[in-house]
Amino acid sequence: MSHPQIELKEITFNYHEDDKKALDNVSLSINPGEWVALIGHNGSGKSTLAKTINGLIRPTAGEILINGEKLTEENLWDMRKMIGMVFQNPDNQFVGSTVEDDVAFGLENQGIPREEMLVRVKDALERVRMSEFTLREPSMLSGGQKQRVAIAGVVALRPDVIILDEATSMLDPEGRAEVIQTIKKIKDESNLTVISITHDIDEAAFANRVLVMNSGQLVAQGTPEEIFSGNRELVEQGLDIPFPEKLKAALEDREIEVPQEYLTEERLVEWLWTSGLKK
Amino acid sequence: MNKLLLGRFIPGDSFVHRLDPRAKLLTSFYFIIIIFFCNNFVSFGVMFLFVLAAILASKINLGFFIKGVKPLIWLILFTVSLQILFTTGGEVYFKLGFLTVSEFGLVNGAYIFFRFVLIILMSTLLTLTTAPLSLSDAIEYLLRPLKAVKFPAHETSMMLSIALRFVPTLMDETEKIMNAQRARGVDFNEGNLMQKMKAIVPLLIPLFVSAFDRAEDLALAMEARGYRGGEGRSKYRVLRWTLKDTLIIVSMVVLTALLMWVRN
Repeated sequence: MSHPQIELKEITFNYHEDDKKALDNVSLSINPGEWVALIGHNGSGKSTLAKTINGLIRPTAGEILINGEKLTEENLWDMRKMIGMVFQNPDNQFVGSTVEDDVAFGLENQGIPREEMLVRVKDALERVRMSEFTLREPSMLSGGQKQRVAIAGVVALRPDVIILDEATSMLDPEGRAEVIQTIKKIKDESNLTVISITHDIDEAAFANRVLVMNSGQLVAQGTPEEIFSGNRELVEQGLDIPFPEKLKAALEDREIEVPQEYLTEERLVEWLWTSGLKK
Repeated sequence: MNKLLLGRFIPGDSFVHRLDPRAKLLTSFYFIIIIFFCNNFVSFGVMFLFVLAAILASKINLGFFIKGVKPLIWLILFTVSLQILFTTGGEVYFKLGFLTVSEFGLVNGAYIFFRFVLIILMSTLLTLTTAPLSLSDAIEYLLRPLKAVKFPAHETSMMLSIALRFVPTLMDETEKIMNAQRARGVDFNEGNLMQKMKAIVPLLIPLFVSAFDRAEDLALAMEARGYRGGEGRSKYRVLRWTLKDTLIIVSMVVLTALLMWVRN
């Protein structure tokens, strides 16, 4: 493809006039099939950025291009079909009274004929492994299951892009891992673009690219390796670093020499047992 | 909290469960209307037999229906005693000042009692055997003709189904807030009426705030999923009118005829 899938050009936004800017001159582009993680401390403008991408918020200045086409008031609803969004609170985004109703909700909105809906709902629920819960009510599901239903609702719409707006932040570690695995599997199957906004550093470590936001500005971007290795600035900004990096820092404090490059958990284990900790 | 029978639905697979919700809704309404045509004990008997047959066909434990009547027992007793005490006519059995217990009074009291019980039984049967969502589908369908007079049928049913979907969520929330406030020393059951009302404030305000927050989140999620109102929407759930639904309507005609025949 000649142009990036999503391109933001000098986006600025403030919730109230003469207030502090929630987004300040943000430019970025995302390529098809990429997994991008957006990190930053609370109030850094991550969620606002996500909402501007599918037009839930209209920026005060700048423009958004989706597949090279400018997002406007007229084509907003067509653009939105390409972008699915999963929100933070699993309870508040459940529209239907049962699992299958909820998955079908987006399809109903697009006026998709019923026969097609039946196929798509079944397929989407299979892909998030919720098939046996078809007729359950939301109050009978766990948080992680509700979030998987929300993903199914997005998957059924067959979008090109999925935005996860802190979709795992209210889940327990188990539900979190479950949701991330589901997304990863679906991404690999259908070559989706994933934009995940997160506090969970392990989730960010999955990404192809990490964007760091601070008070409405994009302050850094790069691969997880580049962003996380030896980056004590992140900690100062109130962000966490992945566990291998933490261990490396702790070892360094005890004056043990560690490799400078970024290590995944596996590679850290490898390094640990080969190094023999020469003592 | 669990005493609330409103909107309670007991899943099952009986004859009544499988009826089209439109048929059930229409039948229940019609039944409640024709109860007012009953004017002797035989006609009430006929109606009772019909309800009994319906209850048996629903395969739901009779205990649930008794639970349905319970919360209204004081209203029933109040109305019945007013009827007994203030209706005059026929043979007088007892008189004290303006209070009289007469033959007509007793008969009227009994009629009112039967009427109440029949209406409650029938509406309980409707909610126990129909999933809230099918009920709101049926309402949307039946309201559709009103679109001609610009009545927002789709919006009404969407509101209804969201309200029904959030009933258990808000109940859980209420319970949680109550516990949280209890942990801080609020006592919900002690004191006089004024103190009890004051104790509700720390429950009600957080509940309102969270309901509005939820509404906002939900609206955002709906919009992100392409919701733009009723125009151009297809439906995932379909209502299927079958022979047994027609039969139910026919049975109402028969019942009406029977009623007209046995009444005075």
